[in-house]
Amino acid sequence: MATEAVLQAHATHDVHGDHHHEHHHHETFITKYVFSQDHKMIAKQFLITGMVWAVLGGLMSVLFRFQLGYPDATYPWLEDLLGKWAEGGRITPAAYYALVTTHGTVLVFFVLTAGLSGTFANFLIPLQIGARDMASPFMNMLSYWFFLAASIVMLSSLFVETGPFSGGWTAYPPLSALGDASPGSKTGMDLWLISMALFVVSSLLGGLNYIATVLNMRTKGMSMTRMPLTIWALFFTAILGVLSFPVLFSGFILLIFDRNFGTSFYLSDIYLAGVEKALPNEGGSAILYQHLFWFLGHPEVYIILLPAMGMVSEILSVNSRKPIFGYMAMIGSLFAIAILAFLVWAHHMFVTGLNPFLGSIFVLLTLLIAVPSAIKVFNWLTTLWRGNIRFTPAMLFAIGFVSLFISGGLTGIWLGNSALDIHLHDTYFVIAHFHIVMGVASMFGMFAGIYHWYPKMYGRYLNNTMGYIHFWATLAGAYLIFWPMHYEGLAGMPRRYYDYSIWESFKQFAELNRFISTVAMIVFAVQLLFLFNFFYSIWKGRKVREQNPYNATTLEWTTPINPGHGNWVGEIPEVHRWAYDYGKDGKEFISQTTPIGADESSHH
Amino acid sequence: MSMFLIIAVVTLIFIVIFQISKASEYVAVLKGAEASRKQNNKINGFLMIAFLVLGLIGVWYCNELYYGKTLLPYPSASKEGEKVDEMLWVTLAVTGIVFIITQILLFWFAYKYQESDKRKPFYLPHNNKLEVIWTVVPAIVLAVLVVIGLRNWFLFTSDAPKGAMEVEVVGKQFGWIYRYPGKDKTFGKKYFKNIDGTNALGLLWDDKAGQDDVVLEGTMYIVKDKPVKLIIGSRDVIHDVGLTHFRLKMDAVPGTPTTMWFTPKYTTKEMKEITGNPNFAYEISCDQMCGNGHYSMKGVIEVVTQEEFDAWMAGKKATYLVAFPDKDPSNAPAKPAADSAKIAAPVAKM
Repeated sequence: MATEAVLQAHATHDVHGDHHHEHHHHETFITKYVFSQDHKMIAKQFLITGMVWAVLGGLMSVLFRFQLGYPDATYPWLEDLLGKWAEGGRITPAAYYALVTTHGTVLVFFVLTAGLSGTFANFLIPLQIGARDMASPFMNMLSYWFFLAASIVMLSSLFVETGPFSGGWTAYPPLSALGDASPGSKTGMDLWLISMALFVVSSLLGGLNYIATVLNMRTKGMSMTRMPLTIWALFFTAILGVLSFPVLFSGFILLIFDRNFGTSFYLSDIYLAGVEKALPNEGGSAILYQHLFWFLGHPEVYIILLPAMGMVSEILSVNSRKPIFGYMAMIGSLFAIAILAFLVWAHHMFVTGLNPFLGSIFVLLTLLIAVPSAIKVFNWLTTLWRGNIRFTPAMLFAIGFVSLFISGGLTGIWLGNSALDIHLHDTYFVIAHFHIVMGVASMFGMFAGIYHWYPKMYGRYLNNTMGYIHFWATLAGAYLIFWPMHYEGLAGMPRRYYDYSIWESFKQFAELNRFISTVAMIVFAVQLLFLFNFFYSIWKGRKVREQNPYNATTLEWTTPINPGHGNWVGEIPEVHRWAYDYGKDGKEFISQTTPIGADESSHH
Repeated sequence: MSMFLIIAVVTLIFIVIFQISKASEYVAVLKGAEASRKQNNKINGFLMIAFLVLGLIGVWYCNELYYGKTLLPYPSASKEGEKVDEMLWVTLAVTGIVFIITQILLFWFAYKYQESDKRKPFYLPHNNKLEVIWTVVPAIVLAVLVVIGLRNWFLFTSDAPKGAMEVEVVGKQFGWIYRYPGKDKTFGKKYFKNIDGTNALGLLWDDKAGQDDVVLEGTMYIVKDKPVKLIIGSRDVIHDVGLTHFRLKMDAVPGTPTTMWFTPKYTTKEMKEITGNPNFAYEISCDQMCGNGHYSMKGVIEVVTQEEFDAWMAGKKATYLVAFPDKDPSNAPAKPAADSAKIAAPVAKM
């Protein structure tokens, strides 16, 4: 891999070159803020759209936590808000499942995929590799507009008469294929599929662009092995997306055919009691969909996680004032995770009746992922070791990310082992596992990124005190919500239940569920504090006065405080070293643009 | 009204936090940005170690509160489930040790190496020996876990022992249907297009093997210490036979039969004593999202002794005979009264 990187380094050239200089386009409001082709503006569009979805998705979880925490209570205001979906002030099962499904879909795809890699791949790739913009700014703009279109279709599905899709974010057929099996699988599911198809287009347009930009548009001297780890992570993320989203798309196409055109890809031997009718379909396999879905679905969790890992690596290093430990091992482990991500999808399917031998292969490959993950964790710990740590809010979130990644990653070792999964599958143990490792951890990576690069985005700082409160409340809250869920899982409590009170085996957790719901509401309120901080600081935050406020080495801090379209005034700087020369030879930091000194010690 | 009160209180808290945060920026200007940054750094450094200590206490306290409510204080209800439990403890030991060590290192380092004017950060870009250690050690530990896991996995997924009792379990929205093969121990053929109100599984009536099959809903009876093989299917969407007390589960997929077998160790009655819960029941929970009634898709397994089972079974009439009463030999002659009494007794018992 190292040789490949070196070869690619030779291909590096400055595309826009010197012709760009300082001439200003005439920018109108429309071209600057709406149909913008500036990667920085597109990044902000992704971020703010993602934030809107995060609030909606979070609010949905608060609503369904009301049901789980207070199953017997009725709230008239719920009926005012949701109408027939909360008749008598209690959320109906149909509404509950719609909320759960939409929460999952939008958080996974719209917030943690589009909001996270859409934002930071767009913002950081050109700035950190030294490019004026993406390889294709126009495609980049389209990527955002397809995402917005997907968002609008998804949003509209909340308002159809039969309700939004309610069969879980994985949308397994036959449930998702048959409107007669569940009202949510009627118009709501059509809109869900259209929205997801648009979203796939958006990710592909974005992903191809990220890959092309990283490979072709690095500035002079920026070899692949001099890139910051953020770029490596975003690069692998884009590759994962480009290779796996089309498979999901094909799965959706077959589902659309089964739903609307009478095919039997996923359907066989079905009798629907609701309409007292046996369907004509025979010979299909419901499990086929799960293979297609999880072939994206598993890489998807790394699409969510890798950008967070990359940003955390960068932020830990900058604020420890130390190089990231084991740069090559970090790239290697990212690479290993990216490869393995494609080879483990069936661990979501251990209990589907999968061939046991095939299952055993997936156990082996799944647990293998723990090795590169362990390397990453130990390298992060060693990066902190003997550093000189500044606790910026970004740094706190990066440390929080590592803590959550450890906690959630370790339970993956439980679930990846099929003989344990056969007990814990689809229980709250799984909910705890993936919310900690993928949901909250990636959210922490995203927060870290926002706090860290906010000065570059808006030329102002976020308020630190609010940042600290946000961090500590969210970290404590996340553990209080998800840690006890492991115990519910160890009692076998199944996920996606509307009400546990009729179950002798699970009703003992009523009090705990109430506690979790209460904490969830508080944590949600704390996120509003962050939101306020974010928008308030855009206009009223403390102004950035230094070009390089963190004394960081990377290229984005060589641009003007408020960079225009094109990023650098005059020539793009040349790079002479890797991105992590902190504390070298007694110097606080050495920027990537500083040539190697005559008496400098040798590494990198 | 209380809603407005809550909103008012939350808004008030927001305003207070906002004012404090705003003030802290002014203080920073007065005191000098550098001095106030260093003070914040100290506070957050301290909170790191405080979070570690409180967090570990919290982990212990959470265990105190909820361990008793899990399945772990009681033995597994199936022989195979014992393996799951053993494996669970081994995995917990391994991951638990790693969890405690790494979390302590993380927060301890954060606290210990917080910014100080006296310290120069240690320039350490890499160290091959360390990296090899933490690649190889996890790999070895994981290999051990994989070996244990796969050995159990192949046991769970192997063929059921000879002489195992067979029961068919079919999921539907939102309940379970059970079928026993009858005296001939062979299930008759079925076809989903034959399903109707009286023929829940779509049995082919002219298949002799199926004419003694017994189809039931509600409660399934199985025998203590006798391996039972479940042949699992679904009538509509995907369901999942979740047997949490036996530590196993398996999806019910329309069109693709699956199987699962286990050996129950305790009768329901014994389990009531072991758990001290007079209402204890072996519940079958549907563990795969199957529609709006998913949460209520409950079945019950009654584990009984062989004698109890035989008595219960003797009271069940073949579904074929229920559908075609005129074919029932016991209906042809007189004395129907005695017959119905015989059925009524065990039904009342369940």
